[in-house]
Amino acid sequence: MGLVLLQRRAVDALAFLFASAATLFGLFWLFWILWTTFRRGLGAINVALFTQMTPPPGSTGGLLNAFYGSAVMIGFAVIVGAPLGVAAGTYLAEHGRYSRLAAAVSFLNDVLLSAPSIVIGLFVYEIVVRTSGHFSGYAGAIALAMILLPIVVRTSDEALRLVPDQMREAAFALGVPRWRVTAQILYKAAMTAILTGVLLGVARIAGETAPLLFTALNNQFWSGSLSGPLANVPVVIFQYAMSPYDEWHTLAWAGALVLTLFVLGLNLVVRMIAKRTSK
Amino acid sequence: MIELMEWREGAARQSEEPPKIEVRDVDFFYGKTQALKNVSLSVPVHAVTAIIGPSGCGKSTLLRTLNRIYEIYPDQHATGEILIDGADILDRRFPLSELRRRVGMVFQKPTPFATSIRNNVAFALSYYERLSRSEMADRVEDALRRAALWDEVKDKLGASALSLSGGQQQRLCIARTLAVRPDVILLDEPTSALDPISTARIEELIHELRGQFTIVIVTHNMQQAARVSQRTAFFHLGEVVEFGDTAQIFTNPRVQRTQDYITGRYG
Repeated sequence: MGLVLLQRRAVDALAFLFASAATLFGLFWLFWILWTTFRRGLGAINVALFTQMTPPPGSTGGLLNAFYGSAVMIGFAVIVGAPLGVAAGTYLAEHGRYSRLAAAVSFLNDVLLSAPSIVIGLFVYEIVVRTSGHFSGYAGAIALAMILLPIVVRTSDEALRLVPDQMREAAFALGVPRWRVTAQILYKAAMTAILTGVLLGVARIAGETAPLLFTALNNQFWSGSLSGPLANVPVVIFQYAMSPYDEWHTLAWAGALVLTLFVLGLNLVVRMIAKRTSK
Repeated sequence: MIELMEWREGAARQSEEPPKIEVRDVDFFYGKTQALKNVSLSVPVHAVTAIIGPSGCGKSTLLRTLNRIYEIYPDQHATGEILIDGADILDRRFPLSELRRRVGMVFQKPTPFATSIRNNVAFALSYYERLSRSEMADRVEDALRRAALWDEVKDKLGASALSLSGGQQQRLCIARTLAVRPDVILLDEPTSALDPISTARIEELIHELRGQFTIVIVTHNMQQAARVSQRTAFFHLGEVVEFGDTAQIFTNPRVQRTQDYITGRYG
């Protein structure tokens, strides 16, 4: 008996060691990235960053036009992508639960979900940028919406499936039609999870660079319109980081830090919401 | 068997009022598995009919045909006739909404909706009737009073239904069903997830509701069937083995299998 026990203890210790080492390995890189971003970016955070436009080489400035462009494109993507995604998720989880079409849609959605974002950028480039003849904020927003859409479809589908069938039966047993049961009972029960999906989707598209390179491109100057090229944080970071100018490097680090903090903050909000509802 | 049939005819003659629900030759299938075999029975109006039997005997299945809730799942179907006030509700032309307004159902596990206590009761009501704010408040109060829950929740109608205890949640589900003024109430093991005190309250409630509603209750608990019902049907392997007055079923069953079940030989 003593030997068996000893052996089990050894296996347990080994498993613990491997699991901890793997976790530490992952955390190490994450903290390294965070540490570097903070170290290089923190010094560059100042009022000018949020009040001035991107500067020409050799002078100082801020990222106001890039922040604005990103915010507008993300907002537009959410307004278009989130309702469509929730509607499609509702179809998959409720109306089409037993249909073949829904199974096919669900599969295609998974394909879209894992499509490289640069492919989506090229696609939008072909259908929007080439047909309209110029880069535009709209094209960027459409590309972001296409990345957001499958995330929201998947999470709202799953969120609705988590609502127990008993609740569905109880609501249907009152004779109330499906759309009303979905709108008034199931959405309420699944609200937190759906919202979480949208927020995580926003966190994902906030940092997307590749699709914007082909669509919104960039803009050195202030532009309030979505019809022309639009500055945005990821592309500015990309271009400035690649440049030979120190001022631009600093701004790229500052932009990276703000973007990181934004995504971090979104994730914290998601956790807080989830925690509050589980109570 | 001949004895049983004679007795059934006798029982039918006995009641003067026509039955509220008349189940005729109903077969039920989960996919290819048959769960009910040629089931026939009549449920008297304004009384409690209990359905007892071992697990998997088809008692819940029968209940689920009475409001066609099984139709949510495409692989389930029923054949035969179920007449409620003379109209065949298994006929696909019978409007589901109308059927389910008249035949309410309360499930085994309390299923409060993730919204306020008030909205739980008002949800279906606001679909069927256009009510002013004050009329709605009255109807919600009335339903909660009938379900013997009003005094416990009157000061917190806006609170989440999930904050109630299990027994209160179950009474809320009953209130929700009563709010749309059904004539039939189906109870699917309504107390099996509750503690003894909550169970007693629900049973009292069943006594009070009996006069105004036709109640069909499925229960695992034979004492409960004996306490709350006037008529009892014993199901086994998808068939009605015996159906009669509760007192007779429990004191003087005519079929050996019923006797074996109620004396605890299997089940």
